[in-house]
Amino acid sequence: MMTAILSLGAVALVAALILGWASRKFAVVIDKRETEIVAILPGANCGACGFAGCASYAAAIVAGQAKLNRCCLGGNDMIVRIAAVMHMDAHPPLPQKALVLCRGDNRATVMKYRYLGLRDCNAAQLLADGPKQCPDGCLGLGSCAAACPFGAIEITVGDLAVVHHERCVGCGRCAAACPRQVIALVPVSAMVHVLCRSHAKGAQVRRYCDTGCLGCGLCKKAVPEAYVVERFLARVDYDHADQAAQAVAVCPNHCIIDLAVHQLEKTEAQATL
Amino acid sequence: MTELLLILVSTVLVNNVVLTQFLGVCPFMGVSKRLDTSLGMGVAIIVVMAIASLATWLFHYHVLIPLDVGYLQTVAFVLIIASLVQFIEIMLHKTSPALYRALGIYLPLITTNCAVLGIAVLNIRKQHSLLESLAFSLGAGLGFTLALWIFAGLRERLELSAVPKCFQGTAIALITAGLLSLAFMGFSGLVKV
Repeated sequence: MMTAILSLGAVALVAALILGWASRKFAVVIDKRETEIVAILPGANCGACGFAGCASYAAAIVAGQAKLNRCCLGGNDMIVRIAAVMHMDAHPPLPQKALVLCRGDNRATVMKYRYLGLRDCNAAQLLADGPKQCPDGCLGLGSCAAACPFGAIEITVGDLAVVHHERCVGCGRCAAACPRQVIALVPVSAMVHVLCRSHAKGAQVRRYCDTGCLGCGLCKKAVPEAYVVERFLARVDYDHADQAAQAVAVCPNHCIIDLAVHQLEKTEAQATL
Repeated sequence: MTELLLILVSTVLVNNVVLTQFLGVCPFMGVSKRLDTSLGMGVAIIVVMAIASLATWLFHYHVLIPLDVGYLQTVAFVLIIASLVQFIEIMLHKTSPALYRALGIYLPLITTNCAVLGIAVLNIRKQHSLLESLAFSLGAGLGFTLALWIFAGLRERLELSAVPKCFQGTAIALITAGLLSLAFMGFSGLVKV
């Protein structure tokens, strides 16, 4: 009885002594500002700031290795609060959202072959450059949706990725995950977009897609300062996009979209039901 | 020497901790979603298992047996393993913050891992010598890591495949684990123990 109590007590005592000594000897000094900033940061660990997670970003801020405005998630308030902790000036970034630059779902486009492999765009892209005739269109296997930490991307019934903008924070993880660079980060304020990335010539696009940009230049003719047409592909010049909405109606293939009147995520999802 | 090698091979493949003795199934299912975290967990298990079985072996034969209090084995082992893991955690936090972050929650999880305690107790039950118990625990750790690593690879691949709705999630993971265990049964004739 006594030996049991004493021996077990002795083990516990020795262990406690060693642990107590170790916690002093190997104590890690943490900057108080770092814990404060970690508490302010959203804690999503999305990696959009370029660091492994919120804790590493906070450490980099305190070490003076990172700017305060790298986090696209918390908004201006958060940056102002971090700036207060660091006694620095705040410079909020330009807010951006992800946008899928393709409207060619499986009814609008022609397929090269029927793909039955892994449900992953990168895998599909390796097989004869993807199952779509169009070399630039969205493959719709959802690599972007899997990469999104916020569940903002939906794959429609027509195998097309659509970004739900009320959830998107503009971290750009989807754009990095896409093997075809179909997803772009666009300014939140911009409403009019050309939803095509194909530089193929008009006659070629017509062969495999009902809704691709032909490069005809009618939009540029309608509103010259708002559009740029390069190598058979139009894009909106977001710095002079005030009048861009006027060209939406002239596009023969309906690949120019005004998000103010046309809610992409709803119409795309419904259209394919 | 051959004896030690035999113990090592038989614990890695034939008597694999997870797949044939089902010890430590919780981290096997929980930490196998990604290859890199599974490797981190595996390394943590190997280190903790080896150190813990050495410490518990020494403690059993030099404290518990001489004092004639062998019935304290379980509680004493738990105490020793928990303090050891805590000590390793403090050390790592100071000396290698990167590894500390990579291991994250898994290190404290190991304190109550049944595989670690199980191997320590099995060492005593099988009356291993100190060297044998070192080989046994290293083999068990390696076997655990191997199983975890293979399983994580399978699950990463599984995530991209079209799994029928009723099988999705834990169900298909458990089925896969069962098939993997079946595959490891193939090693059963490799070493005659």
